[in-house]
Amino acid sequence: MSSSIPSSVSYEPTGQRLPVKTGPLLELENLSTHYVSSGGTRVVRAVDQVSLRINAGETLGIVGESGSGKSTLALTILRVLPPAARIVEGRMLFDGEDLVQKSDAEMRHIRGKRIAMILQDPMASLNPLFTIGDQVAEPIRVHEGAGRATAWQRARDLLKSVRIPSPETRVTQYPHEMSGGMRQRIVGAIGISCEPRLLIADEPTTSLDLTIQAQYLNLLRELQRAHGLALIFITHNLGIVAKMCDQLAVMYAGRVVESGPVSRIFNAPVHPYTEALLNSIPRMGDSAQRLTAIEGQPPDLAALPRGCAFAPRCDRVFDRCRVEAPPEFAPAGRRTARCWLAAADSTPSDMLVQSGTA
Amino acid sequence: MAIQTEIIGLPPRSRSRLAALRFGDFPLIPVLILGCIALVAIFANLLAPHNPEIGSLAARFKPPFWQTGGSTKYLLGTDQLGRDVLSRLIFGARVSMIVGFTAVIFAGVIGTTLGIISGYLGGWVDQVIMRLTDSWLALPGLTFAIFLAAIVGPSMWNIVIILAVTYWTRYARVIRGEVLSLKEREFVRLAIVAGCSKWTIMQRHILPNVINSAIVLGTLMLGVVIITEATLSFLGIGVPPPQAAWGLMLSDGKQSLMVGRWWLSVLPGCCIMLMVLSANILGDWLRVKLDPQLRQL
Repeated sequence: MSSSIPSSVSYEPTGQRLPVKTGPLLELENLSTHYVSSGGTRVVRAVDQVSLRINAGETLGIVGESGSGKSTLALTILRVLPPAARIVEGRMLFDGEDLVQKSDAEMRHIRGKRIAMILQDPMASLNPLFTIGDQVAEPIRVHEGAGRATAWQRARDLLKSVRIPSPETRVTQYPHEMSGGMRQRIVGAIGISCEPRLLIADEPTTSLDLTIQAQYLNLLRELQRAHGLALIFITHNLGIVAKMCDQLAVMYAGRVVESGPVSRIFNAPVHPYTEALLNSIPRMGDSAQRLTAIEGQPPDLAALPRGCAFAPRCDRVFDRCRVEAPPEFAPAGRRTARCWLAAADSTPSDMLVQSGTA
Repeated sequence: MAIQTEIIGLPPRSRSRLAALRFGDFPLIPVLILGCIALVAIFANLLAPHNPEIGSLAARFKPPFWQTGGSTKYLLGTDQLGRDVLSRLIFGARVSMIVGFTAVIFAGVIGTTLGIISGYLGGWVDQVIMRLTDSWLALPGLTFAIFLAAIVGPSMWNIVIILAVTYWTRYARVIRGEVLSLKEREFVRLAIVAGCSKWTIMQRHILPNVINSAIVLGTLMLGVVIITEATLSFLGIGVPPPQAAWGLMLSDGKQSLMVGRWWLSVLPGCCIMLMVLSANILGDWLRVKLDPQLRQL
């Protein structure tokens, strides 16, 4: 598993050979996506004022509880939101172009071609009525107008690159004839079929058992390295984050409460929520103790508290937290934190961005 | 991995699509029956012993040959105008085949298309199509058919059109429901995030997944359509009278059923039943064979 992609694969990554553009591949600025009820009476702030950046070839992990807006953020980036959701403000600069301003037709050419996504349940991501070859070839035919024969040949190469044995026969088989791990890798192959710059993986391993999980994560890393992919990895598994990611963004109640390099956040979390999350990981050796849980429930996104959303559950809460929501502070070293505790030793990140310290 | 699949004992699978349609459970009898009806319909002029539309009044109400009073000249007896029942059944097969299948196919095409568009696009498109379907369903079907028949006049092809525009709503309803659940499936979402357009998704991912239901519904509708054709004929706005049609014969025979002339209605009834039943069984087999997951079982 540790060897690199077989050299026979005709998938010469083209993207990362080019001189890397200055600036991040994807930069989200103050992005907000709200779900609005039909009468306009209830507004759910699923994604609220999110600012993130990811460079080419980097892996950004996004963690958070269920309902913290992780998946909505992914759908926002691809602009495939359900009808009730609206991007209400912000910009999404991808290669310097603002995705928020793109027309639907333009977005369709970006989806699958330049930004690809692996869904939460890859096991069900394959159409039961079509052969594997048809489905892997589909994006190639849609986006590159390739003929059936060419697309199928590339599908075979792709299957080989995700280590499907005997791809020549596998392409003519149907999804139900594959094991779960194989289907997963096939979905991965579909994801990279048009050599995207950015791959968004939304909890791709939740439906897999642990050994297959590890294999799949290794495979993703190899694909990332071979193709110079930027990877956004959405998960609630901090172990996977530690293994996979360079950068980490912790989401709580639709906001990024802390972001920065994984190692720094793991070693010295600034936000109490991040700290609590890290403490809730079971560790080998201290089985005698009870697991630490975060008391309370995540807040209702339609009725957020006036101050910091985490204040009701925070054990280091003080008066200011309850009345005023903290802005995004930037402690040293490409980090941000939405917490008044970070106010002392940092400047608000707006100032940081303007001074160009990235 | 390939070796593993061998070990867990899956039968080695043939790669050819044709071979995959295993013929062990092929519904031979229904196909034979349908084939016979089709052949009879095609070669009606050669097979029929008498003219189906002209009878001799001297030979009215002859019973089938095995009953007393019957003769081998009229194998299945004669009707109230002295027309040979066998010849009428043979020519009726032609009408029933054409009316039944074409009406079902037309209705299916209209209904499936609208159902997919309505279910997948949702929003105001869905509202418009579904309200149209609702009001269509609220119309009394038979009265509507009579109304249409009165406008366009009785002829076999008009009956086909009338039946198609009367019955497409059932397809639209059923197919829309299927589409609603299909479009939440992950493979449709994957197609969306892979950049497929709505039309591509409807064509490539939705249609193939609902076509099975449409076929099964079609085989069930075949019976309904043939019976409606009979009703319309009975009311005098179906297939115009001297022409032979099973439904028409069934209705014509109804009055004399009470006085023991069973052959006038029972025989066309049997023909209708055989055809509908065969179509149902064939449709069920097709449904299984069209689904790659069931195909192997």
